[in-house]
Amino acid sequence: MSGDCCEHTLLVDDPRLKLVERAMKRLQYQPDALIEVLHTAQEAFGYLSRDLLSHVAAQLKLPESQVFGVATFYHFFTLRPKGEHSCIVCTGTACYVKGAGEILNTLEQAAGIKAGQTTADGRLSLGTARCLGNCSLAPMITIDDTVYGPEKPEGAVDKLNRLLEVPHEQG
Amino acid sequence: MNRVELAELAETVTAQQQSCRLRLLVCCGTPCVAAGAEAVVAALREKLAALGNPADLELVGTGCQGPCSRGPLLTVLRPGQPEQVWQKTTPELAVSILEAELQQAPVPDENLLPADWPFFTRQTRLVLANSGRIDPENLEQYIACGGYESLAQVLHDMTPDQACDSVVQSGLRGRGGGGYPTGLKWQLVRKGSGSRKFIVANGDEGDPGAYMDRSLMESDPHRILEGIAIAGYAIGAEQGYIYVRGEYPVAAQRLRKAIKDAERAGLLGSRVLDSSFSFRIDIRIGAGAFVCGEETALLASIMGRRGQPRIRPPYPAEAGLWGCPTLINNVETFGNIPSIFSIGPQAFNAIGNGKSRGTKVFALCGEVVNNGLIEVPMGIPLREIVFEIGGGLANGAAFKAAQTGGPSGGCIPAEKLDTPVDYENLQALGSIMGSGGLIVMGEQSCMVDVARFFMEFCLDESCGKCVPCRTGTVEIYRLLSRICNGSASQRDLQTLEQLCQMVKDTSLCGLGAAAPNPVLSTLRWFRAEYEAHVSQRRCPAGVCTMDQLPLHLLGEQLLQRIAALRCDGEGY
Repeated sequence: MSGDCCEHTLLVDDPRLKLVERAMKRLQYQPDALIEVLHTAQEAFGYLSRDLLSHVAAQLKLPESQVFGVATFYHFFTLRPKGEHSCIVCTGTACYVKGAGEILNTLEQAAGIKAGQTTADGRLSLGTARCLGNCSLAPMITIDDTVYGPEKPEGAVDKLNRLLEVPHEQG
Repeated sequence: MNRVELAELAETVTAQQQSCRLRLLVCCGTPCVAAGAEAVVAALREKLAALGNPADLELVGTGCQGPCSRGPLLTVLRPGQPEQVWQKTTPELAVSILEAELQQAPVPDENLLPADWPFFTRQTRLVLANSGRIDPENLEQYIACGGYESLAQVLHDMTPDQACDSVVQSGLRGRGGGGYPTGLKWQLVRKGSGSRKFIVANGDEGDPGAYMDRSLMESDPHRILEGIAIAGYAIGAEQGYIYVRGEYPVAAQRLRKAIKDAERAGLLGSRVLDSSFSFRIDIRIGAGAFVCGEETALLASIMGRRGQPRIRPPYPAEAGLWGCPTLINNVETFGNIPSIFSIGPQAFNAIGNGKSRGTKVFALCGEVVNNGLIEVPMGIPLREIVFEIGGGLANGAAFKAAQTGGPSGGCIPAEKLDTPVDYENLQALGSIMGSGGLIVMGEQSCMVDVARFFMEFCLDESCGKCVPCRTGTVEIYRLLSRICNGSASQRDLQTLEQLCQMVKDTSLCGLGAAAPNPVLSTLRWFRAEYEAHVSQRRCPAGVCTMDQLPLHLLGEQLLQRIAALRCDGEGY
């Protein structure tokens, strides 16, 4: 468990933590609201660190095992930091039938990582989705939440390269 | 707001819309936005601003208009004239249409869709009646379409029992795939003991290749709220939840806004429409687990736990959320409810075929010319959907199969194209109606590979609680992989069939019980393709690469090598 999870010391005056605290207060610290709280936490921090999960468990008076159980059960939650940019290849049925596999292979080669991984420099996370519900655009990809489709392998790589050419935002 | 005020508001807004000499409806569904709809809206807005924003010209950003692969779509409405729809609209084209209209010159017919286009004329739109016609974030436009009138009617003219009876009479069945009679379910929950009852609208659309629920929630959120509120009155609940899939942030945001607007207008919240009925709706966001489409897993997830199903009975109708009687219906089912009361249960029941009444929304995708969202009467032949509404296969390719029901469904072969599409007939073919994904596949799709694709999905999405599903899906996937890479034997094919039957019979919930369906249905209709993979080590569709050898061939090869080594002394 701890191997999959990143340590991250929480600071009391971290504004992101305040967002999470506010959400828990609004939901009256009800254990039933765990998934809502985790959504807020992931939105604020980008991922769920071990300390964050322990903190949520303590606040909602839930066993840590249950909080970890929920956080690892759902695909949406990630226990590792994501890259600066994200590219998701939809592998739903329509996209699959129309060649999503080829797009994914090409992107994996171009980025040098497998789906579900983040590049060593933290610039890019590559992922797949079960179906993003844009089947009429099949095969489709999203880059930082913008939808592109119907896509071709070369076009997808071009888009990714253009994105990564822009230097790091925070310098 | 009371009933009279509701009717007055509907009249005022309708009159105002009719006084417009021109209404421009630009589809702002995700596919159209990806194709550039925002630029079209901006160009039209700029043009209207330049004209001084005249009151008789209206620009509306709507939800999904249907033929999603042809976006951006622009619908033009003029009082007393047939509407016109343009496909692949550019900002320049949109402005030139507007200019021509203003000068009463002939409009450009470039990209204009024909008025008798079967994609539109063959549909019967009840659930999608307002989709693509109204701004989904505008409550008044929904009211102008007769919105919340059904709720007012139920609250003021009917007892809860009468409301349940009407749904029974309509013949509506669950649109999430199961097909359980909705009215019966309502009556069960109504009779359930306990002072508190809950309603859950299942918007956790997990089937890959299906986006009906997403589109409905994004295009006409108030319709779902109205349907849930009617159900609340009918079964005696005061609280409802809509469980929205985590991948659909826009749907969640629109539903949230719709709830807030409806509460402010007195159409939800306490004393709805000045009656004694109070009802609240909250949104719950899913976190990405296909199994949460199963009702007991869905309930666990709403209560903040791992979405794992439990043994039924007790059914949620007796013991659901926090042990209270709970009504769970799909959002499309709730979308049907306002129509049942506006057109009357008899009229609703008059549409359809056999035991399947009303209409069904399908996401028509894959190798078909017209991709998009359609609503058709139950019992329509599959051929009509694929070849008339869908316009046949792209590039004139031959039809091979239609996949319905996603990972729980099956593939329908070409010889069954004339089957009426309804619950019973699809089941007889080894597929299911499912939530409404309909993927058309041509000759270049390998059926074994498709079955493997769905099995990979199921093994990944299995929650791990029961053994047949957790390990069975993995074993089936391994067998299918061997068939695809050329290393399977005839015996593997037999094992595959036995294993499928076992997983189907012994899994705890619907996910496992239905997971073998894609394999079983392709085995049934496309057995020759499996045989070709196994006995000839050949993929007829040319998809699979046969780079492995079956055991007996490996053995033979080994013997040959040994023999060669002995005879001529050459080593390997």
